[in-house]
Amino acid sequence: MTDREREDHGMGRGPERPADPESGVHEPVEKLAPDAAARERAAHTPRPGVPEPERTGADRGEPTRADERAATALEPPHGGASGLATALTAILPGSGHLLLGSPARGAAFLFAWGALLAAIWLGWEAISGVTEAGSLDDWVAIITLGLGLLAVWLGAMRDLRGAAAEDARRTAARHAGDDPGIQDRSGDSQWSIAARHFRQNVPALVGLVLVVVLYLIAFMAPLLAPYDPIAQGDLTTTGYLPPSGDYWLGTDQFGRDIMSRIIYGARISLAIGFIAVAIAIILGSLLGAIAGYIGGKVDAAIMRFTDMVMAFPRLILLIMIIALFEPSLTLIILVLGLTQWPGTARLVRGEVLSLREQEYIQAARALGFGRWRIILRHLIPNVLAPVIVAATLGIGNTIVLEAGLSFLGMGIQPPTPSWGTLVADGRQNLIGAWWVATFPGLAIVVTVLAFNLVGDGLRDALDPRMRS
Amino acid sequence: MSELPVADVLAAEPDEETTLPPSKGDSDLGGRTLEEVDPGDALVHVRGLKKHFPLRGGFLSRIQGHVKAVDGVTFWVGKGETLGLVGESGSGKSTTGRAILRLIEPTEGTVVFAGQDVTAMDAEDLQALRRQAQIIFQDPFASLNPRMTVGDAIREVLKVHGLARGEGADARVRELLRLVGLRPEYASRYPHEFSGGQRQRIGIARALSVEPEFIVCDEPVSALDVSVQAQVVNLLEELQQRLGLAFLFIAHDLSVVEHVSDRVAVMYLGRIVETADAEQLTRSPKHPYTRALLSAVPVPEPGRKRERIVLPGDVPSPIDPPSGCPFHPRCPHPLKDQDCARTVPPLAEKAPGQFAACIKEPAYVAPTGS
Amino acid sequence: MALLEVRDLRTYFHTEGGVAKAVDGVSFHVERGEVLGIVGESGCGKSVTSLSVMGLVSEPGRIEEGSSITYDGRELTTLSEKEMRGIRGNDIAMIFQEPMTSLNPVFPVGDQISEALRLHRGLKKKEARGRAIELLQLVGIPVPERRVDEYPHQLSGGMRQRVMIAMALANEPDVLIADEPTTALDVTIQAQILELLDELRERLGMAIVLITHDLGVVAEVCDRVVVMYAGQVVEEGPVGDIFGRPSHPYTQGLLAAVPRPDRREGTLAVIPGTVPPPTNWPTGCRFHDRCPYAWDLTREKMPPLFDLGGDHRSRCWLVEHPERREEVERTRPVFTGGAAQ
Ligand SMILES: Nc1ncnc2c1ncn2[C@@H]1O[C@H](COP(=O)(O)OP(=O)(O)OP(=O)(O)O)[C@@H](O)[C@H]1O
Ligand SMILES: Nc1ncnc2c1ncn2[C@@H]1O[C@H](COP(=O)(O)OP(=O)(O)O)[C@@H](O)[C@H]1O
Ligand code: SF4
Ligand SMILES: [Mg+2]
Ligand SMILES: [Mg+2]
Repeated sequence: MTDREREDHGMGRGPERPADPESGVHEPVEKLAPDAAARERAAHTPRPGVPEPERTGADRGEPTRADERAATALEPPHGGASGLATALTAILPGSGHLLLGSPARGAAFLFAWGALLAAIWLGWEAISGVTEAGSLDDWVAIITLGLGLLAVWLGAMRDLRGAAAEDARRTAARHAGDDPGIQDRSGDSQWSIAARHFRQNVPALVGLVLVVVLYLIAFMAPLLAPYDPIAQGDLTTTGYLPPSGDYWLGTDQFGRDIMSRIIYGARISLAIGFIAVAIAIILGSLLGAIAGYIGGKVDAAIMRFTDMVMAFPRLILLIMIIALFEPSLTLIILVLGLTQWPGTARLVRGEVLSLREQEYIQAARALGFGRWRIILRHLIPNVLAPVIVAATLGIGNTIVLEAGLSFLGMGIQPPTPSWGTLVADGRQNLIGAWWVATFPGLAIVVTVLAFNLVGDGLRDALDPRMRS
Repeated sequence: MSELPVADVLAAEPDEETTLPPSKGDSDLGGRTLEEVDPGDALVHVRGLKKHFPLRGGFLSRIQGHVKAVDGVTFWVGKGETLGLVGESGSGKSTTGRAILRLIEPTEGTVVFAGQDVTAMDAEDLQALRRQAQIIFQDPFASLNPRMTVGDAIREVLKVHGLARGEGADARVRELLRLVGLRPEYASRYPHEFSGGQRQRIGIARALSVEPEFIVCDEPVSALDVSVQAQVVNLLEELQQRLGLAFLFIAHDLSVVEHVSDRVAVMYLGRIVETADAEQLTRSPKHPYTRALLSAVPVPEPGRKRERIVLPGDVPSPIDPPSGCPFHPRCPHPLKDQDCARTVPPLAEKAPGQFAACIKEPAYVAPTGS
Repeated sequence: MALLEVRDLRTYFHTEGGVAKAVDGVSFHVERGEVLGIVGESGCGKSVTSLSVMGLVSEPGRIEEGSSITYDGRELTTLSEKEMRGIRGNDIAMIFQEPMTSLNPVFPVGDQISEALRLHRGLKKKEARGRAIELLQLVGIPVPERRVDEYPHQLSGGMRQRVMIAMALANEPDVLIADEPTTALDVTIQAQILELLDELRERLGMAIVLITHDLGVVAEVCDRVVVMYAGQVVEEGPVGDIFGRPSHPYTQGLLAAVPRPDRREGTLAVIPGTVPPPTNWPTGCRFHDRCPYAWDLTREKMPPLFDLGGDHRSRCWLVEHPERREEVERTRPVFTGGAAQ
């Protein structure tokens, strides 16, 4: 069953009320409810002239006609419009969707495919020269590009099949004149429900697309950047050039292309955000889980330490550490990561404390499960959701923080391009050359916004209380 | 409206010892106590069980007192028998049930299960105990891991105890679901896709997967509607007959407990105040608290106006329980006097097989020579 | 004319998953000094009915066209929010299901009672406080002068519920709607609250709408009963009739499912299944998929509320087709083991 299928099966139900009521219970124990058993038998005696209500059968969890239709509809479409659409999509992903009447999805696939082709065109020099003079960077970029193309093609093909099946099912259901919502299906996990809610959240989806595009740009930087981000040009002829056809976003004081520097800067910013948050999350979750599950003195010790770290103003701490050592990428990542865990530790501890009292953890103990089984199988999966949300929001924050440090000259050192240093560079001539500071600034804003949109979307999707 | 008199029955402040009438000397401390009774070969025998939770606070979480959740409880459950445990919330019912299974460590007392001392068990013995004694919980929404399918939850138990694997485990899951009246296909669904009653059935199936002899049912029907409650009660009774299970059936609803139990024990503030055969307890309660509890159960029979005994005040805190008889501040017994605040009443025999902890009820003296 | 009259009330929630017809054509009335009980399983629409009367239904819920709620002859569904605020708490008051969460934890209980008084009565701070103490005393809270300054968390569940009642009584309402006022409480505390409500009704002549799923409570305090199922009234009548001669199989099933101290033998009668989701009520008689008597007619056509005389009404085709009841009961026992008569 594809995701889209499942999405539709879930539509008929509220999130809390179970799909099928207790009537799904069949009473094997005759003594329990003699009337129930008899009733069930009665319900299955065909009654001439009276169509049996669809509901009854579906509720009892038996396969219904709608089920069978859905099963046949799941076969890949063949013949007619859908055959042509498949062929078109195989050549040009997204074109088939246009034919089947879902223009938005078609346009999205077409756009993705086009953007990747544009990347090939832009980076053709590097791609063609990669066998002789390719650096590791180039290889990574080209492999990313290849995988990207493959992903779009496969995605379009799969989605097309889903759309066609959906279409067929809808038509069949419309002809039968019943509600395709209720039928027996396999379990609908918390994760798949969350995914369904996330997919309906347009801002979050936009954020997700932006994040993916940003990571693609970062990986494919050597292919996309038109100029060397570091080498200085002729200061008199190329310094402070406004945006133009040659330099889309203009040049800086030393004649370096702003766009190239932003593209390379994305690598630094995203890498710092990702790795620092990963360190913080791992450390914080571990400490929080230990504190929460073991409790007692260990808990008290860990939490007092956490409080101490939290009580110290973070920016001052960062500046102090960096002032003491030579600033470098590794140091900055470490420092940002090692000052961020207390929040996560508190969050996880709180979750673990409340989960520990949940009856299903008690039940696991009563059933003789070991400590590690309980932690790994029952605690962690249930703590994961809020941690994922915190991590996503954390990446955005870390990127801003790094930009701030670099802006103050305490982060990434020139000439390595980081968004913070780029903005700092433009500070000297804001009036005369506005583009130098503006575009890197915009990059920061868009990135942080994207991560926050995704984070909020995840929060809404993962927290059952937030789902309407 | 302001001239209206106070709703006085309800307004009574708890009695201080000094406001009680002076001792009249009619207290009866005699009679055989429950501790002195030899229950023969009971499956579970609990003696003098206590659980005091330390109350922490302050900077370094120092112990500042104790919650006397269970304060010396004695009872037994025979093979295939149901003992009902009733009491208001906070009276220590759940704590008792969990301490018996060593889900929490008892502070004092012994629990003997099938001849073995549970309180002295090491990790290995405990693991074996988990196969014989199980528990079903109150909240059908919280007692199942929301991220595991019903089938996985049961399969996990089978795996941990090495009971079945692969195909065998699948077959067993289907069998168990059928046993509790659920469709076997439901194995691949998640808990949130079920109603409260169905979830309770899943909890029962999971507890049954280790084929226990004894199950603690901690308010298994309290969260359910009457109609669904009846379904689950019937299922439990049916399973008991079929599989010869023994139950400790905890509930706050006296009418449900009476329906399912062979014997009933009434708890108040961590102690058992009365225990007897279910029918006898209903017909002629000996403890004033049991009488009040019985009279407070609303009966769906409009014509029948019974005398409702309305107890004044609230259940006192188990951190600082009243001296002497824990019930004395609310007790409506006409003979109540200062003795009640001074003496802890023994749980003594007041009628054949009926034990109550009240010094103002005459003890039963077995005819000599028998 | 009845003090409060609800006619053809329909409250729908327009959700993503479809239209939840939580209340779908409910009519009832309450007279001065009368206690009306509303019973039914969880999810039958009892709380939504009471919220609709209070004008407290929030998005995506809506009281549909054609519904009418009149208080003392005044139509409430067309009132503005401002006019409704004048009625709420003043003429019609409500006690909510959850005593733990319906008081504001950051204010002393006395302030919360005074607030209601100052709002509707324009009392001065001092007067309001004095009145708050009187009210606390009225609902049986010991040492009200001290309790008036305490915060909700310092009170027990029973006391909080009594504070809620005191708040509801502050402006001497004509109608008190109590939504499961005792469900979260222990039986001995429940007995206190029921006693209190009974006493207040007698002294103040209020009309009380008591929502509950405990049939025992209904039998003890109500004069008339409305039985709700799937957003509809399925049976209504004087309490003696409902318990003595229940007509609707749902009422009979509910009564039979209650364990009774005096009838310990045998298994309890059950109503198989549960309440269906409100987005998807069954066709015909909404109870048909759980009803032991269901036949073709019940599956196809929704029964009207048949008049049985003596203010007793039942929404069941068996009223017109008693032969079906005999036919089924001849082949097997129905709702045995309990109190069905
Ligand atoms: N805001 C809402 N959005 C959608 N559906 C709702 C909303 N509020 C209530 N419902 C639905 O309306 C139906 C009736 O709810 P209501 O709260 O009135 O039940 P009830 O009879 O009071 O049950 P209980 O005994 O559990 O209090 C339920 O199925 C519920 O899911
Ligand atoms: N883990 C705990 N720590 C401290 N006090 C507890 C704990 N568990 C229960 N208690 C207290 O013990 C008393 C008895 O609780 P419990 O056994 O749950 O009562 P019941 O099940 O009868 O409602 C209550 O006062 C409760 O607050
Ligand atoms: S229960 Fe008995 S012992 Fe306890 S206070 Fe009442 S009369 Fe005294
Ligand atoms: Mg409990
Ligand atoms: Mg309600």
